Amino acid sequence: MKQVFSKHYWGDKDISLLVGQILRIGVIFASTILILGGILYLIVHGQDAVPNYKDFVGEGNSNTTITGIITGAFSRNIPQVIQLGVLLLICTPIVRVIGSLFGFVIEKDSLYIIITLIVLTVIIGSILSGVKG
Amino acid sequence: MDHTNKHIFMTILTFTIILLLGAFVAGLLGSLTGLGGGVVVIPLLTLLFHVDIRYAIGAALLASIATSSGAATAYVKEGITNIRLGMFLEIATTIGAVIGAVIAIYMPTNTIAIIFGVVLIFSAAMTVRKKNEHALSGGSALAEKLKLNSTYPADGKLVPYKLTNIVGGFSLMGVAGILSGLLGIGSGSLKVLAMDSMMKIPFKVSTTTSNFMIGVTAAASAVVYLQRGYMDPGIAFPVILGVLCGAITGSKLLKRMNPKTLRIIFAVAITLVALEMIFNGFQHKF
Repeated sequence: MKQVFSKHYWGDKDISLLVGQILRIGVIFASTILILGGILYLIVHGQDAVPNYKDFVGEGNSNTTITGIITGAFSRNIPQVIQLGVLLLICTPIVRVIGSLFGFVIEKDSLYIIITLIVLTVIIGSILSGVKG
Repeated sequence: MDHTNKHIFMTILTFTIILLLGAFVAGLLGSLTGLGGGVVVIPLLTLLFHVDIRYAIGAALLASIATSSGAATAYVKEGITNIRLGMFLEIATTIGAVIGAVIAIYMPTNTIAIIFGVVLIFSAAMTVRKKNEHALSGGSALAEKLKLNSTYPADGKLVPYKLTNIVGGFSLMGVAGILSGLLGIGSGSLKVLAMDSMMKIPFKVSTTTSNFMIGVTAAASAVVYLQRGYMDPGIAFPVILGVLCGAITGSKLLKRMNPKTLRIIFAVAITLVALEMIFNGFQHKF
């Protein structure tokens, strides 16, 4: 088990392959949810008139907050099911950064551990600064 | 407002199908020319569908993430992405992206449209420029210190390359980040300019590294836009799915053809679209 966390076991290339695999799964997962949500949306609303996208009103709380999206999606509200797919898609590059952090930790590259942590802090700070009640 | 009368009744089903096809073409062209899917999505939504530019920017950001993550899975296998370089420059682009997303809230939409048009013309010009093909052998001390020099595989051998002008490249990345956050695009062309022209990185490395960075930069501003209500589910799903399919088809086609002629045609077409965006921006149509 110990060797799993050694530098020898995980070469540079293995890490990027692993991260690539995570990305692939993330994209497939997000698209599957989007396809499902999209089909449901078209079945229910397909014959309705297109909403007025010309004037910007913005989305309501259920479509803009993480809790709103997740609770909505689990109550099978179609718009939030789609937003869940959107949320997952946004997460894939962030997961890739976390994967690289994992790689730098194994390589004991302290300079790049710090650099990656700065990038993650900016992204997380950006998420938290916009959080609404 | 003068478009109102021209509008015919359209069902959500028709809207979705046309948008899906349009996004597919956007993803296809974006990947064949290296412009990225997001750049084509904004004029598609605003000029063709008369969607408010704020919804368009939200959708374009998602298109950028979709193409970046979708294409990345094909790139990592080849092992040419310089993850250290990408991560180091991400400090500049993510901070820029957050600043850009905040500026976007206070900037009039017509001004955003005009800036978008100017960036679009620049990007189009960048797609037909000459690429930096050779590796630099004498890099700067800072590149050495930051462990940015690396190798890439070519013809079965590992070619070493070194970097220079790190500070200049880093600053230009900050600008790319601001534009990305402001306009919802990946700013791939500006990223490649910073890496190719300033830091002297071979284009094989700069294209894949830029692709890695686009996703992360876009995600940093996407969370701001999502929370501001710029991302509409009804627009998001056809745009993401269409662009993703188009980008995957494009990357498969790229292995079999050299899209040089297509690049020139597309650069001209995109310039015309950009001029229309600028014109409409000055006419206060956004």
